[in-house]
Amino acid sequence: MTATLNVEVWRGTERGQFQSFAIPRREHQTVLDVVSEIQRQHDATLSYRFACRVGMCGSCAMVVNGRPRWTCRTRVNEVIGGSESLRIEPLRNFKIVRDLAVEMTQFFDKWKQARGFFEPGPNPENDFAVVPPQTGERQAADEGIECIGCGVCYSACDVVAWDNDYLGPAALNRAWTLVNDVRDRGQAARLDAISGNDGCQACHTHMSCTKFCPKAIAPTFSIAGLKRAVVRRALRGGP
Amino acid sequence: MNPILFAAQRITAFALAFAVVVHLGTVLYAVRGGLTAADVLARTHGNVGFALFYGLFVIAVAIHAPIGLRNILREWSGLHGRTPDLALALFALTLLVLGFRAVFAVYTS
Repeated sequence: MTATLNVEVWRGTERGQFQSFAIPRREHQTVLDVVSEIQRQHDATLSYRFACRVGMCGSCAMVVNGRPRWTCRTRVNEVIGGSESLRIEPLRNFKIVRDLAVEMTQFFDKWKQARGFFEPGPNPENDFAVVPPQTGERQAADEGIECIGCGVCYSACDVVAWDNDYLGPAALNRAWTLVNDVRDRGQAARLDAISGNDGCQACHTHMSCTKFCPKAIAPTFSIAGLKRAVVRRALRGGP
Repeated sequence: MNPILFAAQRITAFALAFAVVVHLGTVLYAVRGGLTAADVLARTHGNVGFALFYGLFVIAVAIHAPIGLRNILREWSGLHGRTPDLALALFALTLLVLGFRAVFAVYTS
């Protein structure tokens, strides 16, 4: 193992440049460790975002050597190969606040736009709903439910890069979990929301979201489920 | 994309997957057999099966291709609203007219 790692870090906003740092190489070092070391030892003005450091909060996602990842759960060993160099950029498809910190507002607004929230309806049940774990709907919801909103899938998505209005994999995945929630009473409005020009049919099934999701969720399959649901509804004479 | 357009594109894709194989197979067979253009036209003249098959082929193409091009136009040019819809409706109409003109010509000549 060489003693020094050559790290290039994006500085600035959409306009900016890479700045190089030489960081001591350490065993089991994560990419987040490297970024934190730069900020604490070399340049206190470096902006980035993190919170839990253990892969629970989803706030430290960045593009590392060309691929979107959680930096807290990515060891340097896994990504550098034999090069001993790291290139760290902010997530793609997001507006850059500064350096490695991105603006997540549009990303989460799209969750609302996709009606990615539970709709109890005007007369919610008073008692607990019983949803047997073995039912198809429950299992389909389970497969997508662990999303923590880190934005890795959104950064990896080519369709978002082409059409900034596209709802994106995370919002559509959330909508799919709710389409499979048997208690929800807002399905018609949800299917309307996700079936416009910027909705599920715009997905090209490139599967980048599925490849890079750190939680091993497959938003591509969730989106495919939504496509089936809206086509089924349209063929039955729905809107 | 409208769910009906999405479904129409998928359904016509199924039809075209079959029709293109039949079309290419027929072309290869005709060429390998040494048929001339006159021989081919003699076989297609008044052939209702031929006219129906290629009529459906033309309809499937006129539905399938413009929907795909509409997506490309929206994504790559950033054009939104009615402009891509109108442009591609015109393209669909052109495909229909040219396609049926060709089918009619081969059927009647």
